[in-house]
Amino acid sequence: MAKTKVMERKPLSWAERTYLPQIITGLLTTFRNLFRPKVTLQYPDERPRIPNDYRGVPTLVKDPNEREKCVSCQLCEFVCPPKAIRITPGAISTEETDRTHVEKAPKEFEINMLRCIYCGYCEEVCPEEAIFLQDIYSLNGYTREQMQFNKEKLYELGGVLPDQHFKWDKKRAAAEKIGLGSSSDEETEEE
Amino acid sequence: MSRIEEVSIGDAASRSAAADETKPDRMALNVGPSHPTTHGVLRLIMELDGDVITKCDPVIGYLHRGDEKIAENMTYNQFVTFTDRLDYISPLANNVAYALAVESLADIEIPERCQAIRALVCELARLSSHMLGLGVYAMDAGAWTPFFYAFTEREKLYTLFEELTGARFTTSYTRIGGVVRDVPDGWLGRVSKFCDDLPNTLRDFDKLLTRNRIFLERTEGIGVISREDALAYGLTGPNLRASGVDFDLRKDRPYCGYEKYDFEVPIGTTGDCYDRYLVRMEEVRQSVHIVRQIVDSFPDGLWYSEEAKKIFPPPKDKILTSMEELIQNFMIVTEGPQMPEGEVYFEAENPKGALGFFLVSKGGGVPYRLKIRAPSFCNLSILEKMLPGHMLTDVTVILGSLDFVMGECDR
Repeated sequence: MAKTKVMERKPLSWAERTYLPQIITGLLTTFRNLFRPKVTLQYPDERPRIPNDYRGVPTLVKDPNEREKCVSCQLCEFVCPPKAIRITPGAISTEETDRTHVEKAPKEFEINMLRCIYCGYCEEVCPEEAIFLQDIYSLNGYTREQMQFNKEKLYELGGVLPDQHFKWDKKRAAAEKIGLGSSSDEETEEE
Repeated sequence: MSRIEEVSIGDAASRSAAADETKPDRMALNVGPSHPTTHGVLRLIMELDGDVITKCDPVIGYLHRGDEKIAENMTYNQFVTFTDRLDYISPLANNVAYALAVESLADIEIPERCQAIRALVCELARLSSHMLGLGVYAMDAGAWTPFFYAFTEREKLYTLFEELTGARFTTSYTRIGGVVRDVPDGWLGRVSKFCDDLPNTLRDFDKLLTRNRIFLERTEGIGVISREDALAYGLTGPNLRASGVDFDLRKDRPYCGYEKYDFEVPIGTTGDCYDRYLVRMEEVRQSVHIVRQIVDSFPDGLWYSEEAKKIFPPPKDKILTSMEELIQNFMIVTEGPQMPEGEVYFEAENPKGALGFFLVSKGGGVPYRLKIRAPSFCNLSILEKMLPGHMLTDVTVILGSLDFVMGECDR
């Protein structure tokens, strides 16, 4: 059986029934709060401090060499609970000569910010660390179309984040070492 | 003693038909669905004889989203975001209850640190929920000041939640087999600082309300729920305990290591609105006591289950560097955490009462059926029985004392 505590109550005393002690303690309690530090924030002028792992607006990021990180695997599109992400996969542009061994890049990447619930699942599942929920917490627009963020807008918001791994550079180095570097180039061109 | 048959069950059509049969000397009054006292979208169709309520028909369902059906179309992990939106006053407790339900299906061993984190966030969610519940209850009774003190404390809690989960409100903190991330550095210290500050606010609360004659006259002897009624209508949580039943799932069916912590279960003596206030106040104190104990004995270890290979995704740096973990991540995300076949019902003691999840699995990563037993739904069922005989002005206080959330009731 649970250890219980019965909430007993005593009848009000004569003084308490006059309501006078209540008025005095009530006024004292509220009066003391006049001298306590302010708890409110003058919002547009003062901004709240945003913690490190805050889940703000999802954005696409580039690596320190200004290269696109997303490889269009569509895992975030799949996991997104409100189905806010839409990706059209495409090939790597031929201008990017150092990324020819990467198979794909998003041709289009759209996030409907009206659907997005900022749950952070996309960031959590991304195998490339390409999508990040950063510290933007206040979004607005005049039309629904303005809230459909396309690839350019998402990269603009995301900016550049440091990369821990440089996964694809390592892969290319490994491939070149065993002499496969050229063959993967051909594969990409065929696509 | 009342019998279960007395609980009238009817569909919307018969309810509105019953409302039409109002006697000529009676007045039909509609409160809600959008009314400040109804704390959401509850609608009450009442029949009044002067100022006294003779009949009450609660109408619910204005916030129905079909969460149970939605669950059948997504993986177990994806549904965590939807549990945030059940009892949106304490999303963390819902997250934990859901994760525990699914884990009991798969029979996963959860590391001690993860259990401690979960028990901690559950208690913090209870504090947050009760602070709001007490604050708006007092406001409904006409006392505005305590509400502001309660909200100041809640703001501190939200800052803590924000640091831990990344979001203030929609936390989505648990995953099947663990939690999203470990507690940040120095976070536990801030939690214990919060626990040091909270009793001051509770003292202010006490001073303003507990012996306040006006508050007592509005709540004492109002909305009495007898022990038998409370059991017959399936009430849970503080509302049941206020009626004198010492039923607390944290004690009776411990989960998340609650058996290790020392706390008392407050129970009321008469089951009136004032008892529900007293019980919630004491529960806040007990929760602070539990939080202190958890922080003091915070275990080391992992915040997710390492054994659950097909359930909890591998760590991120492994996904980025190793092919095997990358494939495993893809499998868990696309197919969902792999569960065995079977059925399970799990209840957790949420701030509002016992939140239960009934899961039917046919294997794989998607539930075949998920039934949510929402405490607010069951707690509201007693309105029909309780309100008749009360004055119209008591409705506000009774609704405030029941402390329900329509997001959970209508789900």
